Amino acid sequence: MTQEVVIVGGGTGGSVLANDLADRFAAEIDAGDVRVTLVNDSEDHVYKPVWLYVPFGKREPSDGRRPLRDLVDSRVDVVVDRVTDIDTDAQRLTYRDGGGPGRYDKLVLATGSTLAPDEIPGLAEGGHNYYTEEGALALQEELLSFTEGHLVLSVIGSPHMCPAAPLEFVFMADDWFRKRGLREDIDITYTYPIQRVHGNPHIAEWAAPLMEERDINVETFFNAEEIDAENGVMTSMEGGELDFDLLVGIPPHRGIDLVEEAGLGDRGWVEVDSETLEAEHADNVYALGDTADAGVPKAGSVAHYQAGVVAQRIASELRDRPATETYDGKTLCFVETGMDAASYVEFDYENPPSPATPSKKLHWAKLAYNESYWLTARGLL
Amino acid sequence: MSETQAEKTVDARGAACPGPLMDLVGAIREVDSGSVVALLSDNDQSLVDVPEWADESGNEVVATEEEDDYYRILVRKA
Repeated sequence: MTQEVVIVGGGTGGSVLANDLADRFAAEIDAGDVRVTLVNDSEDHVYKPVWLYVPFGKREPSDGRRPLRDLVDSRVDVVVDRVTDIDTDAQRLTYRDGGGPGRYDKLVLATGSTLAPDEIPGLAEGGHNYYTEEGALALQEELLSFTEGHLVLSVIGSPHMCPAAPLEFVFMADDWFRKRGLREDIDITYTYPIQRVHGNPHIAEWAAPLMEERDINVETFFNAEEIDAENGVMTSMEGGELDFDLLVGIPPHRGIDLVEEAGLGDRGWVEVDSETLEAEHADNVYALGDTADAGVPKAGSVAHYQAGVVAQRIASELRDRPATETYDGKTLCFVETGMDAASYVEFDYENPPSPATPSKKLHWAKLAYNESYWLTARGLL
Repeated sequence: MSETQAEKTVDARGAACPGPLMDLVGAIREVDSGSVVALLSDNDQSLVDVPEWADESGNEVVATEEEDDYYRILVRKA
């Protein structure tokens, strides 16, 4: 009987994994012994890091979209559908349109993050963000006409996608307004839920003086409780109050409901072993990327590295060999520190980050990677 | 095992910093005033972070219990 590997989610993790498995199992797939199916709810693969540049008019959302089938090996069955139920005991899946295999031998959940602005009263009405295509375009409109007043970036949800992006946004906004001669009329405030400016203490220690140097106000221990969109006021659980003219709020994130319904974890994040990435509450189920609750950043590099681990483990298991590969927490991020300078961090479970001195070279490296990302999705880089 | 009752328990063992505190903040958002949330954390930093945030937010750390290999920190929502 054909061994069925089903990957749900065609983002970075799902695509890299599908291509890796197609390569490893080429002979078995051709012989009909293994089938790799990639289920995605859209025809397109979306590269979200492009959205950071959209509000500043540097990129278009279409720069971050490519047809999924163009990126995935032809040995992979791409199914555009939604999984509506997972029965982890029977190892069976139900689909909205009945499109994919009903049975799985190995299931990988790579369904990613969704936004939940409704969890904070007033946020959907009063806040902007660059964590969706529509949001990034709407924020672009606001920024283009913003010439004076108080811009607040508030990190409301945590964990959220790309932990560096809120820092990048305020650094870029500061530089963008400065270069356009508007900075003197614009105050920028950055709020963060805990007692420092970033979750990772090493990155926080690096970023805080840079923010002070740039005259970016900081409010820590600020957990937004309610947004009064009409009057431009946000209040915090800690009793703080902040007036704003333009609010960029990083909304609470969730995984998809399917995960919780299948008993795999809370808020749509799959509880996994942080090294093997196996689900804690079901056999033959893996999760990777944002979906996996592994205590690491929700970042594309994480999904990319985890995909290599899961591919090796699945290949070993289906060939009745011991799975030896484990994920070591490796994360890599370029961090924009303005419109033409960036830093870079690399860390894992054992080694903390040490942000590089910002430079033009690193900024260009980030832009170059954004262009060559499509090779990553194809499993080539 | 402790007898102290909590309306909600958040198991943040294994979460890297600032995971446990952020998990606690999320849970406090979801319960009513006066309710107690138990945070399970194996991160020593939580012993500093949680009381500091509780002070700041007006919530109260009602107990910190040391279990075999983790802490159980109880916070009452103001």
